[in-house]
Amino acid sequence: MSGSERILNAGAPTGASFPRSAPRPSTTFDVEAIRRDFPILQQTVNGHPLVYLDNAATTQKPKAVLDALDHFYARDNANIHRGVHELSQRATAAYEQAREKARSLVNARSTAEILFVRGTTEAINLIAHSFGAARVSEGDEILLTRMEHHSNIVPWQMLCERRGARLQVVPVNERGELAVEDFERLLSPRTRIVSLVHLSNALGTINPVKEIIALAHRRGVPVLLDGAQAAARIPIDVQDLDCDFYALSGHKLYGPTGIGVLYGRSELLEAMPPFLGGGDMIASVSFEKTLYNKLPNKFEAGTPHVAGAIGLGAAIDYVRGIGIGAIAAHEDALLRHATEKVSRVPGLRIIGTAREKAGILSFVMEGVHPHDLGTILDQQGIAIRAGHHCTQPLMEHFGLPATARASFGMYNTLAEVDALVEGLGKVREVFA
Amino acid sequence: MGDLRDLYQEVILDHSRKPRNFRTLEGADHRVEGFNPLCGDKVTLFLRLEKGEVKDISFQGSGCAISTASASMMTEILKGKTSQQAMKLFDEFHGLVTGKAGKSGNGAELGKLAVFSGVCEFPIRVKCATLAWHALKAALSGASQTVSTE
Repeated sequence: MSGSERILNAGAPTGASFPRSAPRPSTTFDVEAIRRDFPILQQTVNGHPLVYLDNAATTQKPKAVLDALDHFYARDNANIHRGVHELSQRATAAYEQAREKARSLVNARSTAEILFVRGTTEAINLIAHSFGAARVSEGDEILLTRMEHHSNIVPWQMLCERRGARLQVVPVNERGELAVEDFERLLSPRTRIVSLVHLSNALGTINPVKEIIALAHRRGVPVLLDGAQAAARIPIDVQDLDCDFYALSGHKLYGPTGIGVLYGRSELLEAMPPFLGGGDMIASVSFEKTLYNKLPNKFEAGTPHVAGAIGLGAAIDYVRGIGIGAIAAHEDALLRHATEKVSRVPGLRIIGTAREKAGILSFVMEGVHPHDLGTILDQQGIAIRAGHHCTQPLMEHFGLPATARASFGMYNTLAEVDALVEGLGKVREVFA
Repeated sequence: MGDLRDLYQEVILDHSRKPRNFRTLEGADHRVEGFNPLCGDKVTLFLRLEKGEVKDISFQGSGCAISTASASMMTEILKGKTSQQAMKLFDEFHGLVTGKAGKSGNGAELGKLAVFSGVCEFPIRVKCATLAWHALKAALSGASQTVSTE
């Protein structure tokens, strides 16, 4: 990962009265300065300073994002597209600038390939529905992996039920890794799409997606990547990856909830029927015949989450101002420190020991259920997640009902990792 | 750690480590599964009633300390109780862990179960404490074979 992420020029775009809070120059990674940008971190929980280690569930939002939302609703709010009045033009311009920021984030060729959706879940449902309608029929196969989030399993199961297709599942080894050879073995003449997670939410595994994509493409099979966790931790270049679809969620990228991005290769999107019908996705409507709008509008029926998209644009500026490479390097340091310290806690076992890993540490403690562990840490102001992480097939693979998961963000510190380790010591005390 | 000791009282920890009546029950006339989809906790409750009285009761499953201890202590208190008494205990226990007075009485009949009073300070854990009890209620009211806390 390169630490020399280009700083995006966040100069106010024409037509929109944007707050002029340019991202901080990223000469060095100053975690204390970053923390000051996140108002929510300045609080105590249960009498202790908040230690927020649930970033894989959702990240906190910097002031720049809160300001962008506030500014939009206070100054520019109007419905977008086809408005003749000033506010509508400002809102439209800001919304479309956010699309450009998203395009730049993933390095898509054109903004026509950038669809705003509610999040990764909706993105996958869109593909399963529209691509499925165009390309999947009885007896066809969808290739997934054992480490998928339920949101990358259930939409495909629903498609299989509709079309009489079936799922094929790539296994996971004991370290929580996928083997490229298994894709080789399971890709068949009936495989219509491969859909897999870029960075596992439950284990932190980074999958060898470029290799997998190349392999699938040799068989003419398109690939969808679930980038919900990767987007804030790995610089994404859809042209370099050569992926066909890439889905991500704004709220895991320091942006608002309810907004996400789906990148789709334009040839594929063109050939797919719309997902939802309604306003804005049409060119003309009559009761005899409706003509659909061009990309990306064809896939954005109804009034979108305009404020959310603008907030996401601000989040992208903020994240790129610091540099995803720099954030990744910082989180790697946190993960290394945490892995080393946590593995020394008696009775503790790390789940997911892939060679390529980022930002996420799953573990179980002998004799202590993850929920009890989560409650005891919460009493010390430490927020982690305990449960199956919406990956029940993966949990079953490890023979566990649940794990505890600490996941890092750009604002976490080594001292917070130490607080976690100390907190785990208290868990042992309670359950001694 | 005062608050935590209210939740994780010694009796609760003991029952979570060594759950009582933790087995399947031959000749059970009721078998109900309880499931908490939020955390994946599962309990299967077995019940044998004779003339409206709990002759034997047991459970199986996996869950956190609170749900395991709650199921364990519930099976202990219910032996020999009538269906009506069991339903009354459900109400009282529910009142105890949600911090509301039981609909019937002041909870005096709960006896040892009073150790669960700390749960009401941890609202997210109420469902853990009541999982087995919901399975019991379903069994006694002849409802579906799987109950969910949701």
